[in-house]
Amino acid sequence: MKAIIAENLSKKYQEVQAIENVSIDVNFGEIFGLIGPDGAGKTTIIRILTTLILADSGNANVNTFDVVKDYQKIRKSVGYMPGKFSLYEDLTVEENVKLFASIFNSKFEENYNLIKTIYSQIEPFKNRLAGQLSGGMKQKLALSCALIHKPKILFLDEPTTGVDAVSRKEFWEMLIDLKNQGLAILVSTPYMDEASLCDRVGLIQHGKIMQIDTPTKIVQDFKHSIFGIESNKVYTILELLRTYQNTYSCYAFGDKIHYIDKRNKFDIMDIQNFLKGNKVENFIILDNVKPTIEDCFMDLMRHQ
Amino acid sequence: MFNGFLGFFKKEFIQIFRDKKSLLILLGIPTIQILLFGFAITNEIRDVRIAILDYSKDNTTKEIISKIVSTNYFKLYKMLRNEKDIERAFQTGEIKEAIVFSQNFGQNLEKFGKANVQFINDGTDPNTATTIIGYTNSIIGQYQNEITRTRQIPLIITPEVKMRYNPELKGVFLSVPGLISIILMLISAMMTSISITKEKESGSMEVLLVSPIKPAVVIIAKVIPYAIISVTIATIVLTLGRFVFEVPIKGNLILLFAEITVYVIMSLSLGILISTVAKTQQVALFISLIGLMMPTVLLSGFIFPIENMPIWLQPFTYLIPARWFIVIIKNIMLKGSDFSTILNETLVLFLMILVTISISIKKYKIRL
Repeated sequence: MKAIIAENLSKKYQEVQAIENVSIDVNFGEIFGLIGPDGAGKTTIIRILTTLILADSGNANVNTFDVVKDYQKIRKSVGYMPGKFSLYEDLTVEENVKLFASIFNSKFEENYNLIKTIYSQIEPFKNRLAGQLSGGMKQKLALSCALIHKPKILFLDEPTTGVDAVSRKEFWEMLIDLKNQGLAILVSTPYMDEASLCDRVGLIQHGKIMQIDTPTKIVQDFKHSIFGIESNKVYTILELLRTYQNTYSCYAFGDKIHYIDKRNKFDIMDIQNFLKGNKVENFIILDNVKPTIEDCFMDLMRHQ
Repeated sequence: MFNGFLGFFKKEFIQIFRDKKSLLILLGIPTIQILLFGFAITNEIRDVRIAILDYSKDNTTKEIISKIVSTNYFKLYKMLRNEKDIERAFQTGEIKEAIVFSQNFGQNLEKFGKANVQFINDGTDPNTATTIIGYTNSIIGQYQNEITRTRQIPLIITPEVKMRYNPELKGVFLSVPGLISIILMLISAMMTSISITKEKESGSMEVLLVSPIKPAVVIIAKVIPYAIISVTIATIVLTLGRFVFEVPIKGNLILLFAEITVYVIMSLSLGILISTVAKTQQVALFISLIGLMMPTVLLSGFIFPIENMPIWLQPFTYLIPARWFIVIIKNIMLKGSDFSTILNETLVLFLMILVTISISIKKYKIRL
């Protein structure tokens, strides 16, 4: 039994095609990551699956229930954390959790164990107003509230956006822990580096899923060899390489440049000479850079 | 489900009481308003200049005139000689009222037990005019009682009131009933619509939708605290009206509060209806003020008498809940009427509640 099955979902907002023929499936005990930039259609997919909006075409099942007909059954059995912090900022941490426990008709004390690992981190601040929490703590609180009724499926829309690196790491550890307890988790994120923490990812751009696979498999499938260029003139070099006849693709990657050549075999000196010929001196070229999900994403975007 | 209701209900109260500033405004504004309006109503009549045209010039009229002039309320500006003088006296702005005794006033009273006196008033300031008439009437009424006591047949002096410059003026009202209906409409409808749209705006509605709690439960749990606050405010206004301004409450208190509750439910359901249309708090506020407040103030008969409105406008006043509620509350408070007198108005309010709620349910979105 699959936790989530979506088939050929399409949704149009006025003139904008938000998503087109999106098909995904998520198993219990699995973290599925929707990876893509802002405006790719991640939120639309999650909202359709959480019964908040209706798709124009296609169909979807969540926990075997149809998202249109059985929306009320779905709402009882899933946990949802929207992209925007949506708890009550004028209530305290504890009041928020207890409110959501009562809304889901469960008792905070009875289900405390479910959220203990997460909630214990914010428990010292239980009398603080939610609005006064830091970004990371807000997300932990929101997750606690989404978990208080023991959902089988968890939808998280960009849970780590605007959260510091340490809290992000902690947050993902919690998700992996929840997954190991058998929950199905559909999480969206614009951060490519979080892809490797998912069991499977769907790379999404302009409303279309470009590839679905395990992160390792996606990286393995990457056929090109990447060269890294380090320099203090990243921008100048990028501009130059874009005019270079042998460039297949080049893009900024962190503070470096990733460069892929059109030719399968070539001498690295070619690039060096090209750059030096254009009066750029200070740079180092690194051979055999290991591809990441981001490299795969950039490559897929070229083909779209 | 009941758990969810209770939890949400509690949450609403916490939020309302935590926001002390808003609560203070919520309770403070009606108090200030009633005090302001109250003192505006009771602006005392003192040394009002009047003119008297006495066609009779007998003992009776002399006695009445001396009674009127001897009070602090009136000051005789002039004894007039003919009707033309009346207009002149008004035009120069010297007088607020002219009292005209018909010919053979005393004789008529003696012979037929009936005599006519006419009050002519400046209708440009209707409130003052009404008050002045009231005072003049009561002085003449007193005199009438005094002379009747010594006789077997009652003597009747029939005052005839004429308004200059605004002849149709009838029962202009500035008082507690009107104020209650406007304050309750404002607070109930505006506060609920804002509070519901706030959930939409902050995104918490999104979380609530993806939960087993039914939207109807959310709304009822949300509305009850505001209903309680509204009834509290009504109590404050009534108490102030009663003890500061001595506005009587002649009717049954339970009936009065029952009707107030009906009206509050009406206003709350309007607030819910607004929230189904408005996406942001600002829009909700705007609709409440322009779409509800303005028509309520203008068309309820609170400030402008409905009888004076153009015929084509009058049917629209039937759509204003406050129009019906003012009749109800005036009847209970001032006339001490029982339920049967105000049955129709109450039924109209119930009908309105039914319609508003039905539309709200139809328009309520179960999705984003």
